[in-house]
Amino acid sequence: MLITNLGLLINAMLISTPPLLLAGLGSCFSERSGVVNIGIEGMMTLGAFVGAAVAYFTGNGWLGFFCGGLAGALLGLIHALVCVSMHADQTIAGTAINFIGPGFAIFLCKAVFENSSDSPALDTAAKLPKMFVGVFPAGSFGYNVISTYPVAYLSFVLVLLCWFVFFKTRFGMRLRAAGEHPEACETLGINVYVVRYICVILSGFLSGLGGAFVTLATVSQFRPAVIVGQGFIAIAAVIFGKFTPQGTLVGCLIFGFCNGIKSLLGGSNIVSPNILSMIPYVVTLLTLIFFVGAGHVPAANGKPFVRNK
Amino acid sequence: MKSNMDNSTVVIQMKDIVKKFGNFTANDHINLTVYKGEVHAILGENGAGKSTLMNVLYGMFKPTSGQIFINGKEVSIDNPEKAIELGIGMVHQHFMLVQPFTVTENIILGAEPMKGMKVDLKTARAKILELSEKYNLKVDPDAKVQDISVGMQQRVEILKVLYRGADILILDEPTASLTPQEIDELMEIIRNLTGAGKSIILITHKLKEIKESSDNCTIIRRGKYIDTVKVSDVSEDDLAAMMVGRQVNFTVEKKEQEPGEVKLEVKDLHAKDYRGVEVLKGLNLKVHAGEIVGLAGIDGNGQSQLVEIITGLAKATSGEVLMNGENVVNMTPRQVFDKGISSIPEDRQKHGLVMDFSVVENMVLQSFAEEPFAKNGILNKKAMRNHATKMISDFDIRPVGCEERLAKELSGGNQQKVIIAREVHNDKDLLIAFNPTRGLDVGAIEFVHKYLVQQRNKGRAILLVSFELDEIMGLSDRINVIFDGKINGEMPGKDADQYKLGLMMAGGKA
Amino acid sequence: MKKKILDSNVLYILISIVLGFVFGALLLTIIGVNPAAAYGKLFNGIFGKPKFMTYSVVYGAPLILTGLSVAFSFRTGVFNIGAEGQYVVGTLAAATVGILCPLPPVIHAIVCILAAACAGAFWGWIVGLLKVKKGINEVLSYIMLNWIAFYLSNYVVNIKSIHTDQGAEATKNILSSASIKMPKAIAKLTGCGDVHWGILLAVFAAIAIWFIMTKTTFGYQLRAVGFSRTAAEYAGISSNKVFLMSMSISGLLAGIGGAIQLLGMSERIPQFAAQEGYGFQGITVALIGSTNPIGCIFSGLFYGAMKYGGNKLTVIKVPTEVVNIIMGTIIIFIAIAPVFKMLLQKASAKKEVKE
Repeated sequence: MLITNLGLLINAMLISTPPLLLAGLGSCFSERSGVVNIGIEGMMTLGAFVGAAVAYFTGNGWLGFFCGGLAGALLGLIHALVCVSMHADQTIAGTAINFIGPGFAIFLCKAVFENSSDSPALDTAAKLPKMFVGVFPAGSFGYNVISTYPVAYLSFVLVLLCWFVFFKTRFGMRLRAAGEHPEACETLGINVYVVRYICVILSGFLSGLGGAFVTLATVSQFRPAVIVGQGFIAIAAVIFGKFTPQGTLVGCLIFGFCNGIKSLLGGSNIVSPNILSMIPYVVTLLTLIFFVGAGHVPAANGKPFVRNK
Repeated sequence: MKSNMDNSTVVIQMKDIVKKFGNFTANDHINLTVYKGEVHAILGENGAGKSTLMNVLYGMFKPTSGQIFINGKEVSIDNPEKAIELGIGMVHQHFMLVQPFTVTENIILGAEPMKGMKVDLKTARAKILELSEKYNLKVDPDAKVQDISVGMQQRVEILKVLYRGADILILDEPTASLTPQEIDELMEIIRNLTGAGKSIILITHKLKEIKESSDNCTIIRRGKYIDTVKVSDVSEDDLAAMMVGRQVNFTVEKKEQEPGEVKLEVKDLHAKDYRGVEVLKGLNLKVHAGEIVGLAGIDGNGQSQLVEIITGLAKATSGEVLMNGENVVNMTPRQVFDKGISSIPEDRQKHGLVMDFSVVENMVLQSFAEEPFAKNGILNKKAMRNHATKMISDFDIRPVGCEERLAKELSGGNQQKVIIAREVHNDKDLLIAFNPTRGLDVGAIEFVHKYLVQQRNKGRAILLVSFELDEIMGLSDRINVIFDGKINGEMPGKDADQYKLGLMMAGGKA
Repeated sequence: MKKKILDSNVLYILISIVLGFVFGALLLTIIGVNPAAAYGKLFNGIFGKPKFMTYSVVYGAPLILTGLSVAFSFRTGVFNIGAEGQYVVGTLAAATVGILCPLPPVIHAIVCILAAACAGAFWGWIVGLLKVKKGINEVLSYIMLNWIAFYLSNYVVNIKSIHTDQGAEATKNILSSASIKMPKAIAKLTGCGDVHWGILLAVFAAIAIWFIMTKTTFGYQLRAVGFSRTAAEYAGISSNKVFLMSMSISGLLAGIGGAIQLLGMSERIPQFAAQEGYGFQGITVALIGSTNPIGCIFSGLFYGAMKYGGNKLTVIKVPTEVVNIIMGTIIIFIAIAPVFKMLLQKASAKKEVKE
């Protein structure tokens, strides 16, 4: 019984954490390089739609997943263009992305699917595949924990990869420097614009993947409310995690864990589901108040960098 | 001792350099020739165009017209990368260091040695230690920049340049925050470098340093090329006259005056900084009416905390601050102000002014709620404006009619004038001036000094905290030296010996 | 004079709005809709009848207040992404008082609005307190509190004494004494059954905020702290106190926004599936209004009209989301307005030199 419940809990976490994690890692890149990206939500939503639509028409979940990322990257490109090249206020630009992303997603959905704001449900074949299907009996621990989406596990591996990129590689060192002291980078021949472009586009790509995971694994169709604030939660997880991949993981796991608990207890009427839903947000705030405290924000975060000519 | 000049080899030649920003010409046909192994000074006031010229040489700015030759070959330097490739390195006045990075990471940034996918910090560290030994530049390669002294930060900057194999080093105002002893060390480093065949361009407005270190000097005034002279052929006064375009009187006229009663007394003051490290360790200080007390010291010995505590911005752990005999320690800034303490803050852009406020609004930063500027919580804009107009004319704040201009649109000198006008008008018993002339040109410095002395003559108590020893010696009636959170000695301002002061600033006893 | 026009924000905002519509037209053309027809429908849906116009204003009223909330916070140096949550707790407080505490007419409505104002202010104050005491990033707290408010609302909706017994997933309707609907005669005259006094309150709030910001010593302190916390502190202004005040006022405005929407329009709170977005839309209103309180009146009405008129697009099978895309595009153009401004001023300067 305990093992089964644990399996269910882990299963729920494995499904609800990856979208946040993917988007959160994306946000890390952008913020660390010095560009505030409040448009994660919009990027996820567009990624969610494009992912579902491509998978619906091609029947290929992986292709849909990748195209969802590309759609997010496109919004990332716009954000970079406006914020990096045109030195616009990054918060304002992000707000605009949050209108344009979902706006486009639903607009296109209606244009493509006969004026319906929901995309048709995907066949299992068109969704992201699960692994070890049929190896474990349904409902068993192994079924819940192992025969699930490989993408879910990959998103956790990605944390490690991002950590390596951030703190061990040349690119990581330069992107962190660009977020702290862009002028210093320019005097050393590092092109801050290029670094920031790469990071912002990458943030869009990863957010798009996160959005696509929702439609291709969790929900299996696109609906206007499919992302509902997950982008903002990802941003919160990143701030909570002090802008590091590993910290972001912890932040995302809090939400994932609480979501898991919620779906475990959801059936029973012991606690109001609304109170349960509130828990992750309260826990995050309490953790910050009592354990974590203020973090170091990259010094040049949010400040447009204007190159002298 | 000057380095051996090798007249035959010209390493840099800049010909007829013009650089325009919109309608403003920052460099107007400037010429510069630098020889191998020499120290070449570039002298000019703030805003004369020295930094612009160097940024052109370093590839940060694209010149509007003109030619640059490096080692006899014409080059176009489009970006710093190209400059680095050509063997040019620049140490900026405002250090270009990433605070949370280590010394090693800062030095290799942009030229990282790799080992597969990873940055090879080990090799980098070894190379840095080797360089630091060779040129006698002591650094801790593993310390974070945010934790090291200003002196070490500067050595990191020099190492950064050497790490990239530069043969030509541009040093932009390198002595701004160093003690006389540290300046001597820097001069030694410069000699080591020129001895090894490196050429150095020294940007400065300090004449003494030029006399001491440089072979040749190019003078720039208001963007125009004035002359290039052999330093040994000219006097400091000659250099000053060429820089400003007129004779300058560096000594401030000050009448003899008996100080009055004690206004400010600091007793056994202790305080910690934000990290919990004790930075004031039992400091004692007295300032009388009608005297200027100079507080000499190197940046980071507790000056900032002392001023913050006296002005109510920070809290002391123990001790007293008596203003007119009343203990004001740990009161709020407002209460302290009401007790008679006003100040010209160290960072005028951060503390002295709201940069996005107009001159009118900045003039009443403390008194906005008082009559005639406000009544019953409603602002009287007309009274505010009239007051600003009067101050602008009384203190010669430029441009004329700048009432509605934002503070950030004024030059540094005029921003400082706004603050001085305001604090003089506030008319408090004690005026604290913290680095009041930092970054100002000669004219503005003269203005600030004149006003400080005038306020002293009127019987105001003045505490002058400055990292510029010349300023302290020129203005103070008494000099206190602060070292490691305590007063480490005192001497009269008249005929003070700068080397004795320097010794005390470094912790020694005179 | 010419320079003044080039300097003013209004011109660039109008240009941005035009460009937003041009972009929208492009998009409509691509999906095979005649933009003239769609915009015609939109225009007609807003101005076609006094009823439509009145509805547009009614839609705009809460947006003016949430926009004002965001604009006010911008002016004091904070980005209030939490107006959404403050709006929600505002509706919640107004509904609770409106349903559970019978009071005489007018007084009841006033008490409801005050309760909403307090709730919104409290929601904003928490964020300020966390920032001041613990240094917690306000964006994070705002996002958390938005969701806490959201689920709190759904929780309260399901409490027995508040939940309706008419079989809907919503609260009971507020008592008629708490309603702020205008008299029937006016409703009849305009043809809009939902016309209510909220718009007057919104306009009054905007003027009051404008007055406070520009004319009072309190506004002086708010702006000083907003521009430079350090300089304000140096000058003896207690920046933490002022900061907390401004966070609370910002929340208060959003809270009132929630109250008037509830007391005048919806009269009850449904169980929500997703955030309603009044707070997020307030960000847009603030930006289009150039973060100027008076500007927010116009931008709030503009947004309200677009929202109301946009609904009519479904009639001719045009996705209403084109409105959101247009709004987003307008904001993008506003974000890059400084670039425009520079280009235009440069061009005009060049022309002058030639002349």
